[in-house]
Amino acid sequence: MRFLNRSVGRLSRHRRRPLAGLVLLLLGLLLTGGLYSAFAPATASTASDNEELVAEGRELFLVGCAFCHGQNGEGVSTVNGNWLGPTLAGVGAAAVDFQVGTGRMPMAQPGAQNPTKPISYDQGEIDALAAYVASLAPGPAVPDPSDYSLAGLSSDEREEAIARGGQIFLTNCTACHNYAGKGGAMPRGGYAPNLSDTSAKHIYEALLTGPGQMDSFSNGNLSPEEKRDVIAYLYSLREQPAYGGFTFGSLGPVGEGLLAWVIGVGALVAIATWIAAHTARSNKKKGAAA
Amino acid sequence: MSDQHGSDPHGSSDDLPEKYAGHEGEMQAADEPIRNPGLPEHTWRPTDVDPKAERRAERQVAGIFGLAAVCAVLFVVSYFVFSIGGSPEAQVSQIGNLGASNVALGGTLGLALLLIGVGLIQWARKLMSDHEMVEMRHPARSSDEDREVTLKALNDGLEESGIARRPLVRNSLLGAVTVLLAPAVVLLRDLGPTPNQVAEDADYPGAGLEKTVWEKGMRVVRDVVGTPIRPGDMEIGDLFNAEPELVFAVDEEGEPILEGESLLIAKSKAAVVLIRMDPDENKPAPGRENWAIDGILCYSKICTHVGCPISLNERKTHHLLCPCHQSTFDLADAAKVVFGPAARPLPQLPLAVDSEGYLVAQSDFREPVGPSFWERDSQASTTE
Amino acid sequence: MSIDTSKVATSNSSAALADKPNRVGAAANWADERLGLASLAKKNLRKVFPDHWSFMLGEIALWSFVVLLLSGVFLTLWYDPTMAEVHYEGSYAQLRGIEMSGAYASALHLSFDVRGGLLMRQMHHWAAMLFIASMMIHLLRVFFTGAHRKPREMNWVIGCLLLILGTLEGFTGYSLPDDLLSGTGIRAADGFMKASPVIGSYMSFFLFGGEFPGTHIIPRLYVVHILLIPGLLLALITAHMLLLVYHKHTQWAGPGRTEQNVVGFPMLPVYAAKAGGFFFIVFGVCALMGGLFTINGVWLYGPYDPSKVTAGSQPDWYMGWPDGALRIMPGIETHIFGHTISWNVMLPILVLPIVMFLVLMVLPFIEAWITGDKRDHHILQRPRNAPTRTAFMVALMTMYGLFWAAGGNDIIAIKLHLSINQITYFMRVAVFVGPVIAFIITKRWCISLQRKDQEDLLHGYETGIIMRSPEGGYSERHLPLSPDRAYVLAAQDRDPDVIAELEAGPSGPDGNGVEPKTGIAGKLEGVRQRLRLAMYADNVQKPTREELEAAHHHAEHEHELQAGAEGHAADGHQFDGHHSVEDDRLRADD
Repeated sequence: MRFLNRSVGRLSRHRRRPLAGLVLLLLGLLLTGGLYSAFAPATASTASDNEELVAEGRELFLVGCAFCHGQNGEGVSTVNGNWLGPTLAGVGAAAVDFQVGTGRMPMAQPGAQNPTKPISYDQGEIDALAAYVASLAPGPAVPDPSDYSLAGLSSDEREEAIARGGQIFLTNCTACHNYAGKGGAMPRGGYAPNLSDTSAKHIYEALLTGPGQMDSFSNGNLSPEEKRDVIAYLYSLREQPAYGGFTFGSLGPVGEGLLAWVIGVGALVAIATWIAAHTARSNKKKGAAA
Repeated sequence: MSDQHGSDPHGSSDDLPEKYAGHEGEMQAADEPIRNPGLPEHTWRPTDVDPKAERRAERQVAGIFGLAAVCAVLFVVSYFVFSIGGSPEAQVSQIGNLGASNVALGGTLGLALLLIGVGLIQWARKLMSDHEMVEMRHPARSSDEDREVTLKALNDGLEESGIARRPLVRNSLLGAVTVLLAPAVVLLRDLGPTPNQVAEDADYPGAGLEKTVWEKGMRVVRDVVGTPIRPGDMEIGDLFNAEPELVFAVDEEGEPILEGESLLIAKSKAAVVLIRMDPDENKPAPGRENWAIDGILCYSKICTHVGCPISLNERKTHHLLCPCHQSTFDLADAAKVVFGPAARPLPQLPLAVDSEGYLVAQSDFREPVGPSFWERDSQASTTE
Repeated sequence: MSIDTSKVATSNSSAALADKPNRVGAAANWADERLGLASLAKKNLRKVFPDHWSFMLGEIALWSFVVLLLSGVFLTLWYDPTMAEVHYEGSYAQLRGIEMSGAYASALHLSFDVRGGLLMRQMHHWAAMLFIASMMIHLLRVFFTGAHRKPREMNWVIGCLLLILGTLEGFTGYSLPDDLLSGTGIRAADGFMKASPVIGSYMSFFLFGGEFPGTHIIPRLYVVHILLIPGLLLALITAHMLLLVYHKHTQWAGPGRTEQNVVGFPMLPVYAAKAGGFFFIVFGVCALMGGLFTINGVWLYGPYDPSKVTAGSQPDWYMGWPDGALRIMPGIETHIFGHTISWNVMLPILVLPIVMFLVLMVLPFIEAWITGDKRDHHILQRPRNAPTRTAFMVALMTMYGLFWAAGGNDIIAIKLHLSINQITYFMRVAVFVGPVIAFIITKRWCISLQRKDQEDLLHGYETGIIMRSPEGGYSERHLPLSPDRAYVLAAQDRDPDVIAELEAGPSGPDGNGVEPKTGIAGKLEGVRQRLRLAMYADNVQKPTREELEAAHHHAEHEHELQAGAEGHAADGHQFDGHHSVEDDRLRADD
């Protein structure tokens, strides 16, 4: 609680500044926008459910997220002007579902790279948090399973979708995530994560929202069908056997070279040692033994 | 020449160590602290003296060869048993999550070969005689007599040819052979056109090192699908891998305009990345103030280092990293190099919006894209 | 003193060959009457090869080359070196309907529609990696043991050429599948060529038959890969082997082994069986690796497209070190008189490898120039007995290793959670500092080992037995080395006495040398003298006979003092591995 109080104190100091009025105005606008987005598209029957979810989410948010992201998700900046936690207005439910659902949020410590961790919330709580953040300002919603499923396509269409997804993957994704989706290095200690175990929903959300340093691939960039195809391609890679044997992480020629030296050269030198080694000797003499 | 140090290292082999020990004649045999004790007495292996052990080794080796044969048979079986697909419908056989055919074929073939090798070596180690033998070395150099004879033969031959006495014949021959190198070199001329010939005569658009297929009004389209882009399609933080419209364009009969070679050449120079950032974050280079549309910037995707396509972008810092050699460019600062071996910024494509609201190029790149080359002179546009 | 050769067998069996005219005999007669095989085979059938594991490293390279030829021929039956566009309609579903070059389509066909084709592709690739790796460890073995010295310098040069050609052969092969990785490699090679001053872009346009990528590069690389370089490799390997046979193999110092003989097993049958067996083993290891470990899964990379790229785009390991140099090179470029000079590409990828290979090739000649040694050498040196040479190669290895690591900086960064930027900055310094440190450490290490050898020779080996004298003093018991072991330690060459040379001045140690040289020759001579000093001055020399005798005399005196313990329990030497324990009593009072 002390931490929370302290952050409140910091906020109130902000409020006394000349800019405070502007911030407040913006906040108000954002809030109005958020409320609008929360209510406007919702049908009458789900409106009250959603309201409850938002309220629950706000409770969770205040406890778990507000320290960095501010009491109302407006973000908290540090003394030197960086974000401690960025503003969440407009990031949408998809971003929350991705960040919290993969364990990236809540963060253990601020830094350039936000690694995955064991998940801190159950899916119900994540939904509530997502609903609350979505209520702040309009943003991408959590995708529906039908968005990334090939169900309903004929087998030819599926094959075509997977092949197209492969080409899109190789054009847009492999530069960072590697040809097999195994991840790669980024500047200054950052990295593009391995996609081998990422769920379809989370891949979709990552494309929509651009988590961390990743570019976003909004629907204007990759259409929903194209996103679906990329996911289908990645899943097809998971399902296919390792045709050539063990892959050792599919990291490319570096791993292969290491293997050639350690296993190939290692085994052959060991065998050479055996070939040239002296065999057991007897202290008997030939002839004398008979 | 090599024997100016007196002691002949290749003398009679009766008392080798003493004679040989001389180093440039200054070291005496007395310096050798320990005399060569000579070959140790031969000791026998169990298989030499114990008939039982010998028979056991024999059975062991034969058994190894037998196993190798079994593996070879299993190879043939695996070849026919495991499916590698072979048609779109056929199921690929698997062992665990590995492709069964490859693992089984490699495993059986490898074991068969390995066992034959192990058997042979075991045979040599256990059963073949292991008496060490001694062979005397001979100096690599020819004997003095041989040298003399050879020299004489050579001199006789040269003398009879008259090569020394007839400089005219000799020199004209040397000259002719030298000139003969010219046809050999000239023959390679048609390996390819020169860069200038390509730039002037090639029958595809955007030919040459200095140009690409981009031109005024050409739309920027999404890679792979080829659809044009409105500024409104892009959100801040989006990165589009894009191509010039011509890459996907078709003629009246629906045939692609660029195909095969010309398509690959076009893509190898004209590929771009489109990125949208907060317009306030962008620091355009002087003279490029109107090259961006609402924070949408377009840069060549071809690294100025050695030409890898480059699209590893950090959304927050706008740093674009090359996966080949880690050159890093700051897209918010005219794509200047911030790290790595590249020396020049990525060329920027000036953008505009056409009458239908799609992104188009104002012109081709104002400088050659891709790696540096000798004839390139782009200092003016790169040293801000 | 003469070597006792009476214990040496000239024949291992007494059974003479049957002399009856059988079918084999008839065939042999037929062949010999036409080819004169008998006089050719007379010497070589029983040619003696010394036996040591380190002598078989080159053999790994030889046999993996044979595997490469065999698997390569198989691949050519399906591989189609064309860049003509095709629609893929083969078995690999994820790429069906995609436009690709005929070369890539045939690589996919080999992998997914030819049974055993993927195995052969992978065996070929693994064997290529082993080929170059084993050439390199063979080279290291040769250099560390001094086998490159006279008369084998030319064979060293041939070996270096084999290494260069093998590397080029590997690179051309890497480029053939025309997948995204190999295409990226060719694209980078295009950038390297364009960085050459004056002729760069012409080289590129001639090689590619126009602009990159064109349609000519794959067929041209194919011809180079399957005809030109393999032909050269075969010719050079033949020359390498013929010289090996002519010089006869080097051997380690040991009882009965001299500079004038070679002791070992005969070609027929022992060496033929061992070498032949090793061929099958190398073949088998390649097959097992090809069967169990994926290498270059081209289907995942997709066809080459100049606008696509993948993270972890690296060359195969043997090209990794110049690639590493390229990665850590700062971006320096000069624009002058309308021309561009790309130091950032030219220095690391064009100049550095050529310089490194030239240095490697002339090493035996530089060493011979410094040492002034004109003798033939057939007895190998232990690495410790040439500390400067050993340290120099370790320094080169360190530099190579650091460049190599820099070539994998992105993989190191993700696997060890480091920053590529920091790795790069570190490497920029380390490639210069690391070799120096490695040189100093290795040299001192070698000299310490030499000291230990000298200790053992003079005072015997340490038994680990602590003796207590009647006065209460403690000492460790030393026992003399076995005569064979002592001989091995004492068989090294004595280095020239450079200090004496220096003191004697330019006229030479014996005072009747040639006129001191002047001008450039004189300067060079000065350099040579300084290098000689650096090479030899700190080395430990083996003891002279007098020193050894004095030390042994001293040891006998010690033994007398310790004689009280002789024959008593735990007098120490039974269990130290230097003696047979068969006839020793375990306890004095048993």
